[in-house]
Amino acid sequence: MNIIVPIKQIPNLTDELEINSDGTNLDHDALQYVLNEFDEHAIEEAVLTKESAGDAVRSAVTVIGVDTTGELDSVLHTALAKGADKVAKISGDFPRGTDSHTQAKLIADAIKNMSPDIVMTGVQAADDRDGQIGPMIAAHLGLPYVGVVTSVAAKDGKAVVHKEYAGGVMAEFEVTLPMVVGVQAAHQPPRYAPVSKIRQIAKTAKVDDISGGDPVGSGSNVRKMFKPESAGHAEMWDGDPAEVAEKIVGMIREKGLLK
Amino acid sequence: MAVGLDKIEPGKIIEKEHLIVEGMDISGHWNRMFEQRVIWDYDVDKLEKVAALPGGESLNWCYGCAKCTAVCPVDIVGDYSPRKIHRKTQMGIDLFSSPDLWLCTTCMNCLRVCPKEVNMINIMPAVREQAVLEGYVPAELQKAFEDTAKHGNPLGQPQRKRADWIKKAGVPVPIIKDLKRPVDILWYVGSYPSYHPRGIDAASAAARIFNALGIDFGILGIEEKDDGDSQRLAGEKGLFEMLAEENIATFGKYEFNRMVVTGPHEFNAFKNEYPKLGADFKVFHYTRFLVEHLDKLKPLLKKPINLKVTFHDPCYLGRHNGEYEAPRELLRAIPGIELVEMGRCRENGYCCGGGGGGMWLDSFSKEHTTMRLSERRVREAAEYGADVLAVCCPFEVSRFEDAAKSTGNDKLMVKDILELLDESMRG
Amino acid sequence: MGNDILVLAEHLNGKVSDISFEMIGKAKELAQKFGGKAIAILMGSGVKSLAESLGADSVLYVDDPALAQFNPEAYSRALAAVIKDRAPRVVMIGNTSMGMDVGAWLSVSTELPLIAYVNGLAIEGSTLVATSQIYGGKIQAEAIPNGESCLVSCLAGAFPVGAGLAPALVPAQSVEQIASPVPLNDLKVKFIKLIEPEKGDVDITQQPILVSIGRGIGGQENIELAQELASALGCAVSSSRPITDAGWLPKTRQVGKSGLTVKPKIYLALGISGAPEHLEGMRGAELIIAVNTDAKAPIFDVAHYGATCDMLDLIPALTEKIKG
Ligand SMILES: Cc1cc2nc3c(=O)[nH]c(=O)nc-3n(C[C@H](O)[C@H](O)[C@H](O)COP(=O)(O)OP(=O)(O)OC[C@H]3O[C@@H](n4cnc5c(N)ncnc54)[C@H](O)[C@@H]3O)c2cc1C
Ligand code: SF4
Ligand code: SF4
Repeated sequence: MNIIVPIKQIPNLTDELEINSDGTNLDHDALQYVLNEFDEHAIEEAVLTKESAGDAVRSAVTVIGVDTTGELDSVLHTALAKGADKVAKISGDFPRGTDSHTQAKLIADAIKNMSPDIVMTGVQAADDRDGQIGPMIAAHLGLPYVGVVTSVAAKDGKAVVHKEYAGGVMAEFEVTLPMVVGVQAAHQPPRYAPVSKIRQIAKTAKVDDISGGDPVGSGSNVRKMFKPESAGHAEMWDGDPAEVAEKIVGMIREKGLLK
Repeated sequence: MAVGLDKIEPGKIIEKEHLIVEGMDISGHWNRMFEQRVIWDYDVDKLEKVAALPGGESLNWCYGCAKCTAVCPVDIVGDYSPRKIHRKTQMGIDLFSSPDLWLCTTCMNCLRVCPKEVNMINIMPAVREQAVLEGYVPAELQKAFEDTAKHGNPLGQPQRKRADWIKKAGVPVPIIKDLKRPVDILWYVGSYPSYHPRGIDAASAAARIFNALGIDFGILGIEEKDDGDSQRLAGEKGLFEMLAEENIATFGKYEFNRMVVTGPHEFNAFKNEYPKLGADFKVFHYTRFLVEHLDKLKPLLKKPINLKVTFHDPCYLGRHNGEYEAPRELLRAIPGIELVEMGRCRENGYCCGGGGGGMWLDSFSKEHTTMRLSERRVREAAEYGADVLAVCCPFEVSRFEDAAKSTGNDKLMVKDILELLDESMRG
Repeated sequence: MGNDILVLAEHLNGKVSDISFEMIGKAKELAQKFGGKAIAILMGSGVKSLAESLGADSVLYVDDPALAQFNPEAYSRALAAVIKDRAPRVVMIGNTSMGMDVGAWLSVSTELPLIAYVNGLAIEGSTLVATSQIYGGKIQAEAIPNGESCLVSCLAGAFPVGAGLAPALVPAQSVEQIASPVPLNDLKVKFIKLIEPEKGDVDITQQPILVSIGRGIGGQENIELAQELASALGCAVSSSRPITDAGWLPKTRQVGKSGLTVKPKIYLALGISGAPEHLEGMRGAELIIAVNTDAKAPIFDVAHYGATCDMLDLIPALTEKIKG
């Protein structure tokens, strides 16, 4: 089983996000970058799939990403500590916040000759303004794609995947490999990589460095970026319980969550 | 091999109706005996596995005297102590995957009384480190590790907001980087005083006291990171080393005469652990530092606080570092305060449950004990009729305040000594 | 390049999802301004009546047993063919579990730009302006597609449902069955079955709404009130630590530092003061509504909306309103 896990680094959402001076992008340089949390699940699911595939000798998990921060190495070392076998980064003039279309194309080009059985990536990332990389990689490679997946079981050239719909209903699909999977949640919480282990690995790890081609662009132009109304304190509703209940029902309806 | 009662196997019971020993008939009800059991009945591999770890050796030295059981704070709310750990491990229980591994708070009370120097402060981190490497970590603790690695603090708050609290202090809190000159005192604030609302109260009080005393100080602001000592004791040595390297590099950028810390855990880290990694500076817990300035501080303490106050010795200030007097001297300097001692104080002080990673094992520990240590302690304070439980460790205010509520002792106030000093000072 | 707006309609278990009506309503508004039509496309088996429930100007539907259930491969390829054929101005797809499998794939295969996580669409002159909600809802980005035509994937709840429903008595739209634009017999993705969620142990981290209660609930006898509200909403009850400590709810319902971290779309914090250890576990919720008799409770510092009424009065009132 040859599994490739494309990953993305995104701004740390715990941080206060600042917008740049011309109001069209984040002030990326002031932000700390972390691995997209869905990609953490993709790595976990990939390692679990490899472990359960049994043919340890021929199985391998390769984690690959576009280095948009100059700091991808440490993310890749963590992936190794969690059980990945190989790691690679795509370098070039790709700044922080590089669009999904470009990242997907670069990754597709880099992995098309690696003959993966399964490409597993996070179902989405918080900065996917121009869409998720999983389906795009699938389209570039001409492979089928199933996203919002919560478990993968691969055997004999086929994979059974569970895809989640709203309200917890799940669909089971059987897919002829190779395929691309967008992981929503691994069927076990991502394991912890002790810092001792990561530091050990960092001393000897080999990160394949692939030089990337030209950016393809997102296909659209952001003319304005802004923060929704500033939080700080709740907007208070007056009125008796019945009136407050009415307002709450209104909010639930607005979110499209009323059955 | 099975453990406990199963050891009394029918085949090993000797029962004779008549027994004649050396010609004398000694028949009687005592003729029923058990065959002698020897230690080799047990699989001691599990014990050897612990003892083979650097730091784990001393578990093997236990001779079962049980002195530790009498003082272990966890035994009071559960079934625990080095002796019991030793015995269970000897009988084949795997400490590496047992919940027992996470209950010790490294409070050090057992080591104080142990004739054989069985040292849980070394054993626990050593075994936990292996467990962490093998992936046996309670989820809560794992989250604290991840937050510390990602954000530089175990609360999961943004690093960039680490100095936001100074806006609430009401007095200038200079950031050393902006001062661009050497300072007398580098004040290492710590994670909880920087982010936790009740910690911020204490930090703000400290800032006001330092200002009133005219101390030349600066803080590191957003360059400061968690000390990592409790994470080390909880088994994440690599994380500790990473933080220590980063902090030592940051300290090295600035010139200062001495460092003052808000918390005993940081004090322990900088005094005992960082020097092993090359740090070289003098560090003081704020209580000792303020006692040094008592002549100047005393006249400022104008408003009497007419309350009955009891003091909780932090394990990492008292037992670990021998400081029992400074906090008491500060409390005695505040007019009006009536200081009462609880039964478990000073060398035998009870533990709040927050040390050695306990801060991030709240639900886990609760599941394996009858009561939180903080709840036990708060009850003791209430039994002694205290109005205020005074503390000087940033872990404790939130723990005890919460415990006061959950045990129905809402009237018991929990205050950092800094807050009491500040209150008296502000008149 | 045409001026039509094409909308992919979704359905599950014989029901068209609300998102489809929401998009159709918006599509009609946009189509009018562009001078085109709002066309909905529906794929399924025996779905004529579903097609007729859509309030678009015209509805195309593909009826084939192979499409009885959503299939990402079939949907993507069929839609790609329809887009090539009809050259619409805008294609609207839900940013949903189904739509997310299709949108980004289409963007690459049709070489049209995709703007995702859209919660606002407007036309300025003849230019489409799409607003995306990104970075976990912390940032809004207004973007203009390069070229005339594009794909947008829309967030659920962004537009009202009403305008997208077909009038009950005299549906005005034309409904046309078309043949599948792609062969359906060589698909690599095969649907096997639907799995209904297991009853019993609820996973509070996976709930879209949480009714979360704190010590303000008063006593164990009131837990039932919260349970009733949750079942009316089809969601679960979670709580602060004192409630699980007391054994009134299982430990698996505890939100916070020593419990679980949750990120529901709506978090109803009822009688919870907002201690930092609690906030740590729910800060990331999309919308937080707090009810607490104490106007100074710190929960109001993180909540988006709040009210100071008694939760024990509010809960029954709310349950009643929801049951309708
Ligand atoms: C190490 C540690 C870990 C912890 N982990 C967690 C954790 O994971 N999760 C967690 O939740 N807590 C945790 N805590 C506990 C936390 O500090 C708080 O004590 C707890 O969250 C308080 O719960 P509460 O808000 O329900 O209760 P309270 O703080 O007592 O608040 C009750 C609120 O209800 C309001 N109220 C009362 N009656 C009504 C009414 N009729 N209608 C409306 N409002 C009313 C009151 O005004 C009050 O604000 C932890 C504490 C520690 C020290
Ligand atoms: S260090 Fe403290 S908690 Fe741990 S075993 Fe010894 S006495 Fe008990
Ligand atoms: S005090 Fe020391 S020797 Fe005695 S039982 Fe405890 S650990 Fe063993």
